[in-house]
Amino acid sequence: MGAGRTLFEKIWVAHLVATPAGRSPILYIDLHLVHEVTSPQAFDGLRSAGRGVRQPARTVATVDHNVPTEPRGSPITDLIAARQIAALQANCKEFGIRLFDMDAPEQGIVHVIGPELGLTQPGMTIVCGDSHTSTHGAFGALAFGIGTSEVEHVLATQCLAQQKPKTMKIDVHGQLGLGVMAKDLALGIIGHIGTDGATGHVIEYAGPAVRALSMEGRMTLCNMSIEAGARAGMVAPDETTIAYVKGRRFAPTGGDWEKAVERWRSLPTDQGAAFDKVVEIDAAQLCPFVTWGTNPGMVAPVTGRVPEVNGLQEGERRAAELALQYMALEPGRRIEDIKIDRVFIGSCTNSRIEDLRAAARVAKGHRVNTQVRAMVVPGSQTVKRAAEQEGLDRVFLDAGFEWRESGCSMCLGMNPDILQPGERCASTSNRNFEGRQGRGGRTHLVSPMMAAAAAIAGHFTDIRNWKFH
Amino acid sequence: MKAFTVHRGRVAPLDRVNVDTDQIIPKQFLKRIEKTGFGKFLFYDWRFVAEGKPNPDFVLNETRYEGASVLVAGKNFGCGSSREHAVWALSDFGFRAVISSSFADIFANNSTKNGFLTVRLTDQQVSEVMRRAQGVDNYQITVDLEKCEARDDQGFSAKFSVDEFVRHCLLNGLDDIGLTLQHENEIAAYEAQHGVPAGLQDRGAVG
Repeated sequence: MGAGRTLFEKIWVAHLVATPAGRSPILYIDLHLVHEVTSPQAFDGLRSAGRGVRQPARTVATVDHNVPTEPRGSPITDLIAARQIAALQANCKEFGIRLFDMDAPEQGIVHVIGPELGLTQPGMTIVCGDSHTSTHGAFGALAFGIGTSEVEHVLATQCLAQQKPKTMKIDVHGQLGLGVMAKDLALGIIGHIGTDGATGHVIEYAGPAVRALSMEGRMTLCNMSIEAGARAGMVAPDETTIAYVKGRRFAPTGGDWEKAVERWRSLPTDQGAAFDKVVEIDAAQLCPFVTWGTNPGMVAPVTGRVPEVNGLQEGERRAAELALQYMALEPGRRIEDIKIDRVFIGSCTNSRIEDLRAAARVAKGHRVNTQVRAMVVPGSQTVKRAAEQEGLDRVFLDAGFEWRESGCSMCLGMNPDILQPGERCASTSNRNFEGRQGRGGRTHLVSPMMAAAAAIAGHFTDIRNWKFH
Repeated sequence: MKAFTVHRGRVAPLDRVNVDTDQIIPKQFLKRIEKTGFGKFLFYDWRFVAEGKPNPDFVLNETRYEGASVLVAGKNFGCGSSREHAVWALSDFGFRAVISSSFADIFANNSTKNGFLTVRLTDQQVSEVMRRAQGVDNYQITVDLEKCEARDDQGFSAKFSVDEFVRHCLLNGLDDIGLTLQHENEIAAYEAQHGVPAGLQDRGAVG
């Protein structure tokens, strides 16, 4: 390791419990986040094997995927969803796991509440049965999504047998322009490297444009690492990180805080450390993006057009043709001419207070287009309260947006918030897969500002020309 | 876990790249709390048109691919959501293996925990298998994990690589939780050195 170590390598090595010959290294997991959808079969597995939860104190659960965003207290009419939520409640009780339940003031999307409660800290290993666990990498943690078998593995052993991933550095030079958000940076990167561009790799985002991002922006960026195929995404901790974590409910205090901060300051990648792959991005070349197809790599500048497919390679061309067919778009159509029916502002990508502030700034003094139904779903109850204290709810409501309770909501439509067949949606979420937001629904991924502007205009519009009130 | 050694079966061609786990098993079926019974929901939005009627244009609804147990698909198979339900659905439907030129990490990981094999071949080899599956009646392939080889009766043969430990677990149907627990002493020593953070210790009246 003469040339120095990367942030990833430092965390990896510090968490190695055993490196058995001929087998995958065994990694210790500091924090295991659990939600209702990917855990019931794991708890069943524990019971049938006669195993317990090794570290209930390092395991934290909430309900997010299934929960209705109607006012709390309304009954869950979907009985299968209700049964899944009841299963998590029973499992947490049986195994002594902390649960932030439906009616808890801390409830929210697992990747929103982890950071805001100070559970997520630099240098940690964090897993969750959810691919967007990469979000927590924004703090300089090694955080990745796992399947249900691995959820069971971590519950039983607090460890995971993991093959060591490769490393990729994405260096973002310069600064993002006005109206260009972290979401646009993420979409720009995925459009550039492709949805499998980082498969097998842990990404470290670096460079001045990344350093300049707030924690919310870094979370948006790391969140979408999985959409480029990455195992995880990370940003080295700095003063922005430390200031964010300080004073939060589960953050270290007193002497522990001083020691923790000292440790965190030693985490950033050493000068001269080598990565398996390096990608350079010029922030000045980025603009507000809109996806036109059915994967997050199919992006176009808002000022651009739906691309021609003829020049693409066979497999990609077929994929693009199928995507355009599904999306009911044709090559050459101006992005700004695409009309929308629905707007969703929310999800683990873009439902934090800063996202809502940005969207509210756009909405203020305007009215949602009469042809559009727009909803705002805060990421957590904490975000919702903060937004209401600032009066953001009034801004949205006055402009004709719906103001809902917290949860994953229309990002994946497991609760009643779904698109109808053929409906077209400007969404701040992370996946525009076929049927993701409802069978036959057409999703365009955008930043919160772009989503709010589209709600008002009724079609996509360049936020850089927006008339702010 | 069910062991995987050698499997021979009919091949169904799914000629699409970037098949995501939302397509393999759509979200409305993730609310079930069991591990079984997901096969009938596999590729639901592609297999069925409205009101649950089979879509005649979808490859798995063609009678000549009935009973197929090996799927061949374009690159980046299994991308997106971490839902292990995708592997459960493929297995429950009757598939034992998927052949592609690349797999998303979490999907590949989930497969290994369920005795389900992801066979990674080159782009040309995948195209060749795809062509044969589309053109040859009752096209069958043998996926041999002992020899790390995929072969048919018409001269196609390709080596593939699998992580040695993963291969060992699959061949023997090993439960990897049990293997990790063999390191109880090391885990306990690590925990003794790194206590639970103070903030997490007091769970109050949880549950």
